[in-house]
Amino acid sequence: MTAPEPVLIADALGRDYSVGGGLFSQAQTVRAVAETSFTLAPGRTLAVVGESGCGKSTLARMVTLIEEPTSGRLVIDGTEARPETWASLRTSVQIVFQDPYGSLNLRQKVGTILEEPLKINRPELSARERAERARAMMELVGLRPEHYDRYPHMFSGGQRQRIAIGRALMLEPKLLVLDEPVSALDLSIQSQILNLLMDLQERLGLAYLFISHDLSVVRHLADDVIVMYLGRPVETGPKDAVFSAPRHPYTKALLSATPSADPQGRRERIKLSGELPSPLAVPPGCPFAPRCWKTQDKCREERPRLEGEPHPAACFFPEN
Amino acid sequence: MSLLDIRNLSVDFATSTGTFRAVDSVDLSVDAGDLHAIVGESGSGKSVSMLAAMGLLPWTATITADTLAFDGRDLRDLSPRARRRIIGKDMSMIFQEPMSSLNPCFTVGFQIKEALRQHLDLDRKQRHARAIELFEMVGIPAPEKRLSAFPHQLSGGMNQRVMIAMAIACKPRLLIADEPTTALDVTIQAQILDLLTGLQAETGMALILITHDMGVVAETARRVSVQYAGQKVEEQEVASLFSDPHHPYTAALLAALPERATERRLPTIPGVVPGQHDRPEGCLFSPRCKFADERCRTVPPPVQPPAIGLARCHYPLNVPEEADAI
Repeated sequence: MTAPEPVLIADALGRDYSVGGGLFSQAQTVRAVAETSFTLAPGRTLAVVGESGCGKSTLARMVTLIEEPTSGRLVIDGTEARPETWASLRTSVQIVFQDPYGSLNLRQKVGTILEEPLKINRPELSARERAERARAMMELVGLRPEHYDRYPHMFSGGQRQRIAIGRALMLEPKLLVLDEPVSALDLSIQSQILNLLMDLQERLGLAYLFISHDLSVVRHLADDVIVMYLGRPVETGPKDAVFSAPRHPYTKALLSATPSADPQGRRERIKLSGELPSPLAVPPGCPFAPRCWKTQDKCREERPRLEGEPHPAACFFPEN
Repeated sequence: MSLLDIRNLSVDFATSTGTFRAVDSVDLSVDAGDLHAIVGESGSGKSVSMLAAMGLLPWTATITADTLAFDGRDLRDLSPRARRRIIGKDMSMIFQEPMSSLNPCFTVGFQIKEALRQHLDLDRKQRHARAIELFEMVGIPAPEKRLSAFPHQLSGGMNQRVMIAMAIACKPRLLIADEPTTALDVTIQAQILDLLTGLQAETGMALILITHDMGVVAETARRVSVQYAGQKVEEQEVASLFSDPHHPYTAALLAALPERATERRLPTIPGVVPGQHDRPEGCLFSPRCKFADERCRTVPPPVQPPAIGLARCHYPLNVPEEADAI
């Protein structure tokens, strides 16, 4: 059996922003994301983890074609993303945002919200067909038929997130980008949404790009993981390998800093000193060198490449 | 006698659609040196009960309690002036959003010295020295330079350290930390939690940690109360809470944690927290509880004895053999 065609190929993807720059000052460049490569097959989940400012949301916006990459190549569903193919590709990638309170239009009823993507992208459908599809989608994401005529404010956070997921699936995308879909939800609701996402993936063969900072959720849901630090991937690999035998010191520190819900299992915690450096002044060598406990002179001068066995890590002195 | 003693505390808010009971007969007693965590979902009343103790609620709130005492003094009939002498000095509080709880118009140095000027009898030089000492205690590098920084010039983690420094400036005997790490990244969260527990061990103050993160509870707290829809449903030592939860809500909450899951499908709690208008008659958790029967739906549950974790339930789980459930 041959491996299925990947839905998404990112090759050395990068995005720069220029900031500042006025009459008397030069504009500076922030490399929000640089040299990020990965592939994603149908039915698989790729998780991107990292702290705030590591570029994971910029990555999500590039994959969703909201933001144009400044370097690198993006292939979605076999078609390269170029300005002329954007419009057609946008229907095959959809996104679910973190905050279900901010991402739904308060003045539209649930039915209207769900039908809007069809109205714009499938003008050949009649109003009745649109309504039928919206109702079918509501059933799929676990909303009751009477919710069709209600407004978003009448729903709880978990149900709003169901509406947002339903809206994203209306155009039958192949790839769903989930930008922290459960971070704003309470624990008892979080598991309902995670189960829904797993069900939908199984039924529809969706590929997920799952952006999260919650490692316990990633561990449960993902197949593969990319760990990012200051805009660059520092370690990528299958979930089990990354979680059980992390190679990059940052991954190790991140895992040990995550509190585990087990009062007996108090482990040795790796304490990182300092904070994320400003993306305007990324250290010349390894970006993690100022906070790392294994730093040597080489780390400060040269940037390590993402390579090695059993799974790649961008470190000169990897663990395991 | 406990440092903070709360008996049967209820808080009602007057809203345009009638009164809303945010906190419903909550008991809490914290001794000096205790590290107590209050855990619950949003809307469970965990912040409001502590704000009531601090006297920081708006006038729309009606506070009723049998006892609401700090160090033997009733907090309800203090004059505002006497209250101000305690708040910020003997009991102080850290809030969730460090960025929005600091005043953006003043330097952090000015703000920390303001607390010292209000409560302690120090001259200008001593205040300056104490501020530097406090910044060092909470791990702010180059403290003397940072005193003249404005909040927007510091990162979230640094601002939270400033908040902690302000809160411990007058050596409080009780520190209430309301979701102190929710807005921070995990590596910074680990630093701040270590700092708080370290300070607590060093100074012997009591620490109340309000959180929704079970991982944070497991790693830092010694005693835990679980709140649901304004009521305290259970209180236990941290180890036994995680191994033998007595209230079905606690058990369901723990089972829903992805890291405790044994299968790919996570166990869920159906339904949502009851709101203002659909509060059930009996047990507040009964519409979502898989053990609920007719009695649960009609009769408010009793509070079980301490051996059963003070569980507010008709049919508590994991009852030890020697204990008798009511």
